[in-house]
Amino acid sequence: MTVPIALLGLLEREPSHGYDLKREYDTFFGRGKPLPFGQVYATLGRLARDGKVVMGETEHGAGPDRKRYVITEDGVSDVETWLKEPVPAEPHLQTMLFTKVVLALMSGRPAQEYLDLQRASHLQRMRELTELRRTAEPIDALLADHGLFHLEADLRWIDLTSARLNALAEWVRR
Amino acid sequence: MNAPIVQGRDLHLSFGQTPALRGADISVQAGEILAVMGPSGSGKSTLLHCLAGILVPDSGEVHVNGRRLDTLPDAERSMLRRTQFGFVFQFGQLVPELTAEENVALPLLLGGSHRTAALKTARKWFMRLDLDGLGKRRAGELSGGEAQRVALARGLVTEPEILFADEPTGALDSLLGEQVMNLLTSAARQQATTVVLVTHEPRVAAYADREVIVRDGRVTALTVARAAS
Repeated sequence: MTVPIALLGLLEREPSHGYDLKREYDTFFGRGKPLPFGQVYATLGRLARDGKVVMGETEHGAGPDRKRYVITEDGVSDVETWLKEPVPAEPHLQTMLFTKVVLALMSGRPAQEYLDLQRASHLQRMRELTELRRTAEPIDALLADHGLFHLEADLRWIDLTSARLNALAEWVRR
Repeated sequence: MNAPIVQGRDLHLSFGQTPALRGADISVQAGEILAVMGPSGSGKSTLLHCLAGILVPDSGEVHVNGRRLDTLPDAERSMLRRTQFGFVFQFGQLVPELTAEENVALPLLLGGSHRTAALKTARKWFMRLDLDGLGKRRAGELSGGEAQRVALARGLVTEPEILFADEPTGALDSLLGEQVMNLLTSAARQQATTVVLVTHEPRVAAYADREVIVRDGRVTALTVARAAS
């Protein structure tokens, strides 16, 4: 699940309210599927329980009182660790990688390094499948081919993203 | 770790005002198959040409087997290329007027071997690379996959210490590319030839032991981190 880590990543930029967090999440990561308010508050509640965020001052205004959430050092460390860990190959990898790249660019972290780590991890898996194909029965070789083409598609996306990092960084920091 | 068999240190090379290499560092271990990847125009082919002594860098050093290559006179570099290096390029670059087996024998003939002996050695490679019966054909009469296997045989016929391959499957479809890569890597491993393989295709790079990426004329070595579970 990328929602908790994405909210932490957004909070790392600046403390924020649930409403603003939802709006930002939808802008960067929603892709036409807005995050329900219930999920935002439930996630923030869990993050607070686990010590990843704390509630700051309550703001009194015309509407209902609003709580500001502030990321803790533990929360920042979670973001850092998550960014550095390559993701195992799976169907929703691009969503996760996209979130990583955007969060890394937002916080001024080295997005290229994370993409390179992912690239190396993917190529390692491709090496294993290439070796398997060399020695496998035809049916297993075909399955290995299928895996190889999918990994290759991911790698092409990683390459293209690497080439567009500067433009993406400008867009994210706008 | 042993001393590298090929090493480029802080290589710079510009073509006119356009820099192709800007401080490239690279090390290749003996017997290793190293994939050099990178976007078009990143400098990966230029790097290969510098390591192979085809181009001389503006600055920096190239060492092969502990011997400095970039400061050698042209004739000595040519000799080294002929005797210790093999080459395979994207489009085979066979001599169209010669037969397939004459093409394969060419590096031996240039090295001073007798024609009969050179052709005999060349023919052994036709067996190894599934090219039986094609020896007498002119290079221009071969299909793309056949021509590339002939080019591979020519690259390996001198049993070079180092094979430099620049997009060796770039002009082939997936199946033929796979065949060429299987032959290239198994032949290289059998005779402990070190391979420097320039490719932009991940499926080709996956045949290598390791990869580096060239970006803007510099080399990034990648390390594999353990994937999150």
